[in-house]
Amino acid sequence: MSTEMKLEDFKPACESNTTKNGLLSKFNMDEILNCMHCGFCLPACPTYRQTGLESYSPRGRIALMKGVAKEQLPIDAEFEKNMFACLGCRACETACPAGVPYGSLIETAREVVVENEKQTKPKHVFVKNLVFKQLFPHPKRIKLLGTALWAAQASGLQSMAEKTGLIRILPREMAEMQQAVDKVASPQARKSRQLRMNPEGNRVYTVGMFTGCIMDVMFYETNQATAKLLSKAGCEIYFVEEQACCGALHAHSGEMPGAVELAKRNIEAFEKANVDFIVNNAGGCGAALKEYHHWFRDEPEWRERAIRFVSKVRDANELLAELPPLTFNKPLNARVTYQDSCHLAHGQGVRNQPRSLLRSIPGVEFVELKNADSCCGSAGIYNLTNFDMSMDILDDKMEQVKDTKAHYIVTSNPGCLLQMKQGIHRAGLDGQMEAVHIMDLLARAL
Amino acid sequence: MENIQSANRETLITPEIKQRFISIVGEKWYLDSPNDLYAYSYDATPIFQAMPDAVIIPHTTQEVSEILKLANEHLIPIIPRGSGTNLAASTIPVHGGIVLNMNRFNQIYEIDQQNLTATIGPGVVTADLHSAVEAVGLFYPPDPGSMRISTVGGNMAQCAGGMRGLKYGVTKDYIMGLEYVLPTGEIMRCGGKNVKDVAGYDMTRLLVGSEGTLAVVTEITLKLVPLPETKRTLVAYYANLVDAAKTVEKIISNKIVPATMEFLDQGTMKVVDDFARLGLPLDMKSMLLIEQDGPEDVVVRDIEKIAEIAKQEGAVEVKVAGTMEEGAKLLAARRAALSALSRLRPTTILEDATVPRSRLAEIVQEVERIAEKYQVYICTFGHAGDGNLHPTCMTDERNKEEIHRVEQAFAEIFEAALRLGGTITGEHGVGAAKMNYLHLRVGEGGIELMKRIKEAFDPNNIMNPGKMFPSSNRRRLVVKK
Repeated sequence: MSTEMKLEDFKPACESNTTKNGLLSKFNMDEILNCMHCGFCLPACPTYRQTGLESYSPRGRIALMKGVAKEQLPIDAEFEKNMFACLGCRACETACPAGVPYGSLIETAREVVVENEKQTKPKHVFVKNLVFKQLFPHPKRIKLLGTALWAAQASGLQSMAEKTGLIRILPREMAEMQQAVDKVASPQARKSRQLRMNPEGNRVYTVGMFTGCIMDVMFYETNQATAKLLSKAGCEIYFVEEQACCGALHAHSGEMPGAVELAKRNIEAFEKANVDFIVNNAGGCGAALKEYHHWFRDEPEWRERAIRFVSKVRDANELLAELPPLTFNKPLNARVTYQDSCHLAHGQGVRNQPRSLLRSIPGVEFVELKNADSCCGSAGIYNLTNFDMSMDILDDKMEQVKDTKAHYIVTSNPGCLLQMKQGIHRAGLDGQMEAVHIMDLLARAL
Repeated sequence: MENIQSANRETLITPEIKQRFISIVGEKWYLDSPNDLYAYSYDATPIFQAMPDAVIIPHTTQEVSEILKLANEHLIPIIPRGSGTNLAASTIPVHGGIVLNMNRFNQIYEIDQQNLTATIGPGVVTADLHSAVEAVGLFYPPDPGSMRISTVGGNMAQCAGGMRGLKYGVTKDYIMGLEYVLPTGEIMRCGGKNVKDVAGYDMTRLLVGSEGTLAVVTEITLKLVPLPETKRTLVAYYANLVDAAKTVEKIISNKIVPATMEFLDQGTMKVVDDFARLGLPLDMKSMLLIEQDGPEDVVVRDIEKIAEIAKQEGAVEVKVAGTMEEGAKLLAARRAALSALSRLRPTTILEDATVPRSRLAEIVQEVERIAEKYQVYICTFGHAGDGNLHPTCMTDERNKEEIHRVEQAFAEIFEAALRLGGTITGEHGVGAAKMNYLHLRVGEGGIELMKRIKEAFDPNNIMNPGKMFPSSNRRRLVVKK
């Protein structure tokens, strides 16, 4: 053991006037130092496995955060690239013996990047603002987008999205993703939803459905299926009207103020609803909902309310696994495999429940997918922002999916579902394999 | 490490030289942006950090040869590196230069089932080698804690050990042949598939554990053994430390050599349990994790005998794992011990002092005494069967006064180990972290001879300078008081 070395070797291109102290103090140095750079996260990290480069590993990213926090590295385009090349899948958290909270570290790092950008070049954040401030916080606008998508599909005018300019709002990669989107529910169907569903038999719990923003537009039917399953299992269901987007995409993208605003709206909405559980069927949303209390470090009163909210949040798989077993009438007679949602497995530790639920369907031959809890590359909007890396990861994933020879690849998060649909297409498995949300598959067997 | 700033060191890599490197490996594999350099400024050693001037990731022996020739011509340091899990700061570019990342040499070229050898690139990850050879019923025993991350090349450079050292030995016992490149660019070979080969000095043994200070290894031929038929794992819990140590001595003196005999003290048990949720009895002061492999009847007999000895020596509870999976889970948890300890304090510094097996109980007591004397928080775990312990200090690198006490404590632990006939490092290596203690083990004469050997390989001292022994012809590191 030698003493600390002072190496007079390195002059970082750091201009301290661009790194405002206020910003850097957002980094939690204790948490950063808890990473003892052992490298246990490297083999768990999909982007490290793709590149073999340290700066694409969790250990590397934490080191870079440390460099920025200590003003040895500037907050520049390269730092932004490194921080946003992370999928945010949090497989590294499962692998980390030291318990480093990587998820919150990367969110802080992205927040620092975004805040710095706002301070230094406000114009550049315009496009992101459009999506994050004008779209996600407003369910009505997302529903409008849904109506446009539905109209495009219903009218068979594939080029409509292009003509309306929708394609230009979201980047070119959206076009490739679009073919993976299922038939969107018609505006009439969505409007006519019953806001309350009775339990079958005695009421066990009251459940408020967290419908999610994208989920409710693109996978409206999945939300309906979830409600149906829960009511069958004895839950009284409420679709809580004033709820908003969970804020996960904002938080992952460094837009913390926006995320906090959404969290407040959701906390208020579900306080009014006064339910036993707040149930969602999107692993990504669920992980964020369960972390709301971490978002209110400086607002003790909101933090208290967030803790109460968080204590009620359950993934649909979790709650269904606790309730009396469902009765299925339609055997599936198929080979089924399961791709973990990262934020359900690594973020919430929910791994066994979806697998047991699938095994409980009559006629299901369940095959475990190799590296099932390794990210598929979807990762929120990663497949739009880092398209090439995302597709490389997806293609590797599909090799293992192919080996299962399954008829169904089941997921538990809308992003993963879209990605797997695209993966099936890229792997030339159209017609042989179907990607399906677990709630839809369970409902089909009822 | 606050101070990797300030800089007036001129890089030796001029734009012209950079272009020549790029023409060898291609632009994609030559990195020198500030973030990329920063990401190769550390390994798994706490506190040490230094910036390289470039990171080069070659793919062929020919590329390595050309890189070395050019670096040698311009006196640019070369630091060979695998996955950067080193614990002795051996892959920190303390004098700048080029970090030569070998992880693209990740091919298994051949598994020779007639000669029981494997020939591989140095960038193959150790656990990947394990699965490949085990798939054909063969076995590569060295299993350092970082085996899922570390490369065999890195294991070779440090002569890594692991949990199976007791029965199977360490990395050096499995390296049969090497292809290596000298700083002049000459491509050399030593050893090979021959079981017997006494033609000249044993260059293979010399290169193993040389920490990248002599040459760059580009291909490795390994010895394999048949995969043991079965294995069983046993845990024994103790109300103190010494009874566990005595059990180890007693098992060996009963002529039983288990594959693995690991020791964990209470502090380590707690953090390991926190991570792996094993349900360990945390009121116990220490535990032994013992594994035996081999033919079924031998394994059963040995495990029974070991359980008996453990009870005789004062174990409060002895449990045999029900399944191989349960055993594997216990061993995996043990491998995570070091990293798990960093849950406790921001900085985790571990040591590697080793004594002959028969002195295990004494060194355990010494570590306890020394921790008390300097008021530092030390947890101890390690390869009890090898006399190789890892006393680990949980501290905070920001607290200079405490770090000073930690250094004093470790210096005294080294002294104690040496006094008991031990060594300053069993399996992590000297690197930059322990070079100031090397003379205590090998003497000044030993160091001089080693330096002359290095000069014969590397007269310009470009190969990983500033490791093993302080280099006299380079600027000394400024050590902060």
